[in-house]
Amino acid sequence: MSRTYADYTHPWWRRLVVNREAVMLALLIGLVVWAIGNIVFFGTTLTMTYLLLDTAPVLLIALPMTLVIITGEIDLSVASVVGLSSVLLGDLTRSGLPIALAAVLALVAGLACGALNGYLVAYVGLPSLAVTIGTLALFRGLAIGLLGTTAVTDFPKGWTSLATSQVGSTGVPLITVPFLVLAGAFALLLHFSSFGRGVYDIGLSKEAALFSGVDVRRTVLVLFLLTGVVSAFAGVYFTLRFGSARGDNATGLELQVVAAVLLGGVSIFGGRGRLLGVVLGVLLIGTISSALRLQGVTVNVINIIIGALLIASVMSTSVLAWLPGLTRRKSPGTSPQKTPSGVGS
Amino acid sequence: MTPTDTTTHEEAAPEVLLHPSRMPRGRRWLTTLLRSRELSILLVLLLVIAVATIKTPSFLFSSNSWRDLLLTPSILILLAVGQAVVIITRNVDLSVGSVLGLTAYLTGRLFIDHPSLPIVAVVLIGVLAGAALGLVNGLLVGFGRVPALVITLGTLYIYRGIVLTWAGSDRINASDLPRDFLALGTKQVLGFPVLFLVAFVVLAVVGYHLHTARSGRELYAIGSDPDAAVLYGLRVRRRLIAAFVLSGALAGLAGVVYTARYGTVSSDAGSGIELQAVAAVVVGGVAIFGGSGTVWGAALGAVLLVTINRALPIVGIPDFWQQALVGVLILSAIVLDRVLSVRRARQLIESRDDA
Amino acid sequence: MAAAIIGSLGLSACGNATDDATSGSSGSGSASAATKLSITFLPKNLGNPYFDTSDAGGKKAVEEFGGTYAEVGPQTGSPDAQVQYINTAAQQRTSGLVVSANDPKAICDALNEARKAGTKVVTFDSDTDPTCRDLFVNQATSEGIAKVQTDLVTKGIGDAGEVAILSASANATNQNAWIDMIKKDLAANHPNVKLVDVVYGNDDDQTSFDKTAALLQSHPNLKGIISPTTVGIAAAARYLSTSDKKGKVYLTGLGTPNSMKEFVKDGTVKDFALWNPGDLGYLAAFAAKALADGTITGKEGDKFTAGTLGEYTVGADSVVLLGDPFVFNAENIDQFNF
Repeated sequence: MSRTYADYTHPWWRRLVVNREAVMLALLIGLVVWAIGNIVFFGTTLTMTYLLLDTAPVLLIALPMTLVIITGEIDLSVASVVGLSSVLLGDLTRSGLPIALAAVLALVAGLACGALNGYLVAYVGLPSLAVTIGTLALFRGLAIGLLGTTAVTDFPKGWTSLATSQVGSTGVPLITVPFLVLAGAFALLLHFSSFGRGVYDIGLSKEAALFSGVDVRRTVLVLFLLTGVVSAFAGVYFTLRFGSARGDNATGLELQVVAAVLLGGVSIFGGRGRLLGVVLGVLLIGTISSALRLQGVTVNVINIIIGALLIASVMSTSVLAWLPGLTRRKSPGTSPQKTPSGVGS
Repeated sequence: MTPTDTTTHEEAAPEVLLHPSRMPRGRRWLTTLLRSRELSILLVLLLVIAVATIKTPSFLFSSNSWRDLLLTPSILILLAVGQAVVIITRNVDLSVGSVLGLTAYLTGRLFIDHPSLPIVAVVLIGVLAGAALGLVNGLLVGFGRVPALVITLGTLYIYRGIVLTWAGSDRINASDLPRDFLALGTKQVLGFPVLFLVAFVVLAVVGYHLHTARSGRELYAIGSDPDAAVLYGLRVRRRLIAAFVLSGALAGLAGVVYTARYGTVSSDAGSGIELQAVAAVVVGGVAIFGGSGTVWGAALGAVLLVTINRALPIVGIPDFWQQALVGVLILSAIVLDRVLSVRRARQLIESRDDA
Repeated sequence: MAAAIIGSLGLSACGNATDDATSGSSGSGSASAATKLSITFLPKNLGNPYFDTSDAGGKKAVEEFGGTYAEVGPQTGSPDAQVQYINTAAQQRTSGLVVSANDPKAICDALNEARKAGTKVVTFDSDTDPTCRDLFVNQATSEGIAKVQTDLVTKGIGDAGEVAILSASANATNQNAWIDMIKKDLAANHPNVKLVDVVYGNDDDQTSFDKTAALLQSHPNLKGIISPTTVGIAAAARYLSTSDKKGKVYLTGLGTPNSMKEFVKDGTVKDFALWNPGDLGYLAAFAAKALADGTITGKEGDKFTAGTLGEYTVGADSVVLLGDPFVFNAENIDQFNF
């Protein structure tokens, strides 16, 4: 991330319009408008309701995941935490515990999972990719082990309809409210607090952050705690929305979250990215998915689109950074480029 | 500076670590072997088999069991070898599961639509298709300046999407495939299943190449310190592309083997197997950070994982807990690697200071 | 900022309320009377030959009475995977949804939402809770299906020994109903036959194949396997025919003639049972039509005609029965093609 003098010389309106989030917002609105006009049954409140209900888990988990990736780490175990919290909710409810208590315990379990990840990454110093691949298997294994391949589907009606109910008659699902609250909280944390500043610093350079007084280890630990508890919350929602607690719930969700975060402009190398882009990324993918499904196109095609979008969006950042180098001579002030190595040391 | 000086610190810094070339060849070889991660995995594997066999002798001592014990891991061995090569260079290839699915379906389709093609030709096409898919990965990683994690995440989606769209809900059934091809799935030569022998030969060739050939050893250098490798003048980009092509080609071969073994291919074949491959490699002693480990370890890790899966129900643990066990194994392996490497670094520094 | 997005979506949705009406009447398959009926089949999962046959039967029926046919479904048979398709059907105002459920309760909310939007819901092959559907078309009574398999396996092993069950997914309503009956039947009428294990192949060929291998490895004295799932029995037969247990372990269950033909010919399997899934789908489609155009409401005693199959009466709990299960063996298997 090398900001040169040229970046500061663009007029304010140009910076407002020609930035990633603005482009994504335009794409999203354009897509919605097009879909309403061209796809039968798209322009109903039901579409929006289902869209938000479906993307809610990804939306929720993408929030803390953004922060994690900004620090240069990654958490691939989030889907397994969703599954584990789902299983705990089902198992505890089935054995007679009041569902509210079971939900709280599920959240605590998520916190514990995050603590394990955070401890191993921040304090033992292990690479987060490897650790979270291990905990992905461990937590998912615990989830499957607890329930086997059966599913608990006996949940109190009041709770399951709460998960799918809407605010008044607007068609906006109730889950949007906690999401907005969390999104606001994370935005405040990331953009308006010293903790958030520390997050960016760690992503840019761990050593520099350490020397400027950021408590790197504690920050990273807190971030993993956050992904753990938010994933558990998403797990509770997921279970109640589908009315089914199963060990293999939400398998593969972690890739959707990471794809959405990267699509939203967060750099995998760490140090840059904004929450707004991520939220727009999730909604964009969700809208494409919803539109295709209504059109009768198999949802499988969306896989190709997500993959291509992912690669294109991440490479575009690199390509755009490389292009000026063709015309401009290298000045001594440019920062060293990272070599094409793997997981981003 | 004389050898005798260091002997006083022998207990802190083993000779084989500091002055390996001063030891007699045989002794050096033996010490390396005994201290190797590969040996410990082999011992754990033998232990698991022993425990299961004690409980149920037919676990090992029936003709089917022996065959299945070697046959079932063959697919994972192929994937683990390819994955190990990529991880040694400090990258990762998450798309192997989708490549397997694609080539498995391709194999079936070739047999159905072009029944006159000889089996060898179909196998070759499958491998080449996998290599081509791997080449895409390699080019994007090599030229794109983007971490392999992201690229292969994208190609995982794209390749799987291609299979799903191509196959739809269509399945290849065993009855569509030629007899001799399916027979390969169970045929044995000299008591060893053919498919296992294929995996073993691949393992041996790749292992030998990594250990002796310059292009193989350069992979370790690239993984240890990519920046230094560039400065040193190694052709990093070329080696990386080659590594991904190999990984793709082996995944393609694994797809053909999958079709021969199971006979039925649906569009979600190989889903999720990429994480198993990474797990096998990590358990097998290849550091996720690159630069160390062998394909032998990775292959042993693959066999261990599959065998544990089979042995669990015999010992009375429902195989639902298998994945949790795999998770514990991965975490232990990583922690162990970390502890060992920290200790080794400390030993080296101490002895350097003392020398 | 996220609120802005949602707001824009909401505004566009509200502003297009009139669009619904116009697009609704111009598009095909709206639920208004006297227009074409749209029937959508939602099996447990796609890529399953059993459902390919049943849904083809449904398609034939729909074409006969001049409706529009669609088939959708998930790749794997997990309970929550069907919900999205039910939601889409509700959005598209499908006239009739024909579902084989992966779980008795999990899809209830989605189904009731669809019924609220005007879609009639018929379950077939695997039921849900009766409160979430209008009608259930069952192939035969659960007791009948269970009994025919128990009879086949106990006769095959000489009424003494160890047997195991290779099922589909652990939650499937029909599987659990049959397994329960099999257990009861064995306990009451076959005291020397012991059920040692129930394993789940999830209607996935590779999993069923591997589970069969594991079963034989962990229970060396196993004499019989019952697999009440067409994917499971085909995979098990394929494994058995190349193993040294062929002919020693008696495999039976529910299978389609085409997938089992070679195994009956080579002696791996002696006999197995099923019904005609094509007829089942055909009947279910006509039942959906009868509900959608108001001929019946789904209560006990209602009568409707199902094309070439004739007249059917709705029984208790809004259940319609197709007939009795049929036993296939070496003598008659060549007569069938599905």
